Amino acid sequence: MPSYKDFETVEVTTDLLIVGGGMAACGAAVEAAYWGQKHGVKVTMVDKAAIIRSGAVGMGLSAINQYIGLAKGANTVEDYVKYVKYDLMGVARDDLVANIARHVDSTVHLFDKWGLPFWRDENGGYVNEGRWQLMINGESYKVVVAEAARNALGADNIYERVFIIEPLLDGDRIAGAVGFSVRENKFYVFKAKAVLAAMGGAVGVFKPRSTGEGLGRSWYPPFSTGSSAYFTIKAGAEMTCQEVRFIPVRFKDAYGPVGAWFLLFKSRATNAFGGEYMVERRDELAKWGKWGATKPIPANLRNYLGMLDVFEGKGPIYMRTEEAIANLAKKYEGDEKAFKKKMKELEAEAWEDFLDMTISQALLWAATNVEPEKRPSEIAAAEPYFIGSHSGASGAWVSGPEDLAGGTEYFWGYCNMTTVKGLFAAGDASGASSHKFSSGSHAEGRIAAKSAIKFILENNTQPKVDPAVVEEIKKETYKPFETFEQHKNLTTDPEVNPNYIFPKMFMFRLQKMMDEYVGGVSSNFSTNKASLERALELLGFLKEDQEKLAARDLHELMRCWENKHRLVQAESHIRTVLFREETRWPGYYFRADYPKIDDQNWLCFVNTKYDPKTGEWSVFKRPILNLFGIE
Amino acid sequence: MPTFVIAEKCDGCKGQDKTACMYACPNDLMVLDKEKMKAYNRDPWMCWECLCCAKACPQQAMDLSGYKDFVPLGASCTPLRGSEDIMWTIKFRNGMVKRFKFPIRTTEEGKAVPDGGFSTKGDLNSLELFTEPDSLGVPVWTYKK
Ligand SMILES: Cc1cc2nc3c(=O)[nH]c(=O)nc-3n(C[C@H](O)[C@H](O)[C@H](O)COP(=O)(O)OP(=O)(O)OC[C@H]3O[C@@H](n4cnc5c(N)ncnc54)[C@H](O)[C@@H]3O)c2cc1C
Ligand code: SF4
Ligand code: SF4
Repeated sequence: MPSYKDFETVEVTTDLLIVGGGMAACGAAVEAAYWGQKHGVKVTMVDKAAIIRSGAVGMGLSAINQYIGLAKGANTVEDYVKYVKYDLMGVARDDLVANIARHVDSTVHLFDKWGLPFWRDENGGYVNEGRWQLMINGESYKVVVAEAARNALGADNIYERVFIIEPLLDGDRIAGAVGFSVRENKFYVFKAKAVLAAMGGAVGVFKPRSTGEGLGRSWYPPFSTGSSAYFTIKAGAEMTCQEVRFIPVRFKDAYGPVGAWFLLFKSRATNAFGGEYMVERRDELAKWGKWGATKPIPANLRNYLGMLDVFEGKGPIYMRTEEAIANLAKKYEGDEKAFKKKMKELEAEAWEDFLDMTISQALLWAATNVEPEKRPSEIAAAEPYFIGSHSGASGAWVSGPEDLAGGTEYFWGYCNMTTVKGLFAAGDASGASSHKFSSGSHAEGRIAAKSAIKFILENNTQPKVDPAVVEEIKKETYKPFETFEQHKNLTTDPEVNPNYIFPKMFMFRLQKMMDEYVGGVSSNFSTNKASLERALELLGFLKEDQEKLAARDLHELMRCWENKHRLVQAESHIRTVLFREETRWPGYYFRADYPKIDDQNWLCFVNTKYDPKTGEWSVFKRPILNLFGIE
Repeated sequence: MPTFVIAEKCDGCKGQDKTACMYACPNDLMVLDKEKMKAYNRDPWMCWECLCCAKACPQQAMDLSGYKDFVPLGASCTPLRGSEDIMWTIKFRNGMVKRFKFPIRTTEEGKAVPDGGFSTKGDLNSLELFTEPDSLGVPVWTYKK
């Protein structure tokens, strides 16, 4: 492998840099392209993959999870804010959630025009899966959304297969980002007046349930590696809800979606003894304050009731698909033809749900001869993920919009700007605005992009980038190659060498530590102060060993950097779980030393900040403001 | 292994710079062995089984072999993606076969128009995003105290 000097440095100077090419970034691209053309602002996008299939929607989706139905008066913005706030046990930003909710329908209508197929009812209207969810034929969801982004920006303004590693700063203002091509010997320096971070969530911080070939079968994709969190934290941005991880309950092992089964097919889940935890354990809900009394029951509490069954040895838990289908078919008793037709329809719907977004589950059903109308299938809680766009909430602390947040501490000038001047965040990258999903992430990307263009016009200078800093980062970037070269001849088998660590083993070490001490699958999602402190101690060693990461090719170099990114997500999680001395989301994690919810002291945000100069973390509270009278 | 390339069918995309599977994989897993002119999945343990690679392969040279740590052998799940729909063939371990066809898009490939035909007359300082309020169907909501 060559030395870092053999990598060509490519400089790209632009006005707005969109980092990531997923849902939020593609929303940002169409919006920024419009305002950019109008006001003479140059927009550039960079993704580590090819945007037609990159990110969490690459495989496709079978539903759009956020649609309010404002034009038809189906729901109000306030309804959505209430739903999100209660699902997160009170911890959400009214202004941010409302801002996304008021724009999301507009984004969904664009998807429709761009060519995404929606299920339609007899009158041509959308078909709802649940109150907020629309059914789609979404195999090519990302293809269509990326196509609009590309048509808006122009292919020349999109850099693919460039993995972004670090932010560039000019004092307290963002100045750009650096990364490397995973295909060519090129090092990229992007200089920009504003940067939008939208690199998705974090998977693989905790040990997954399957660790053989199935290691890659996480529910959220294994290529969401914490780059958003790393990038914003390293830039010095204040972060929020870093303790809020998400654990989805899904079909066991392949993690097939359960939404359609619970919402559309009205299925029940029962334990090995036929008991229904949602009924048998109803009293437990009263322990979780007014959040436990709400409808729908918060996702983490539903998780928790099922987990209690499993901890008591009452598993497996089954999704009663056979019963749900029989119930749905009951209506057609006596009319064999109509019954057969309905059954065929249901069968196709059930399989499409998997084929559109979790193909592995379809294969697992086929490999185990499952016909859902004949027998139930197991469901289980997955490993924890960091995903600010779905049912988690972790991400950067961003300014709200002026009309909703002005005059409060939620507003500092530019909507969706982090506490770092010129650095914006959206989708999984922005926090405290849970339940935006694919559509809301796209809408939030649009909101952030428009705001970033305004920022650029009002701060229209190119920040300075210190060439010496860039050279230092470049050296650091390719260091894993040099580490390998330097030590490879010591042993007869390069896999085993005391002087370096390959990224895969590094990842396993992180995952084992998180799993055992920070409440992963093997510790029943429970942790306590002593465990968390032990985790910090072990993390300290791992941080030091980052210096010894080794790589043999560009692909492995990317894996090194992904794990450096995961590590920072892990640290901010441990520190915030440690800080919050209560159990607020028992189905996401359980503080065994503070097993109760404590609204009096902890109905607040826990925020954190890393000082890039000193390497120190601070963790502190921020208030939850009730802006719209939603109690 | 999660995805695999059928040696006989792969033509290495005729030696082009980026093969279809390499271009599509969101996790940078597919590589072309230039000597053999065949592609392979370089790290199946990191494969999400999203089949973006297989759907893009012009030779139908790619297929899925379920994660062996929990998927019994003998089944298959194979896509055939056209310009308007996708056909799935699912073979069960016990030999049963199911086929499904679903639409994938309603517009011609490449033709997504960014503004979707909605009118765009907003102002940078207003609440409206570039296609609003037309694309929303109602004025943009704000909180009235
Ligand atoms: C299995 C599954 C089911 C889901 N179900 C639904 C559903 O039914 N309905 C719904 O609405 N939503 C659903 N979602 C959620 C939805 O996919 C996400 O909310 C949404 O994609 C988040 O958008 P994002 O832009 O933040 O991240 P992503 O769309 O994941 O985009 C992140 C982008 O960043 C790029 N990137 C990452 N790191 C780097 C780096 N270092 N350098 C450069 N680029 C980088 C990636 O390549 C990617 O393009 C589901 C997700 C999954 C995985
Ligand atoms: S896309 Fe298909 S034919 Fe082309 S290199 Fe990949 S496997 Fe071979
Ligand atoms: S299935 Fe997905 S992750 Fe696996 S090699 Fe193909 S494109 Fe890549």
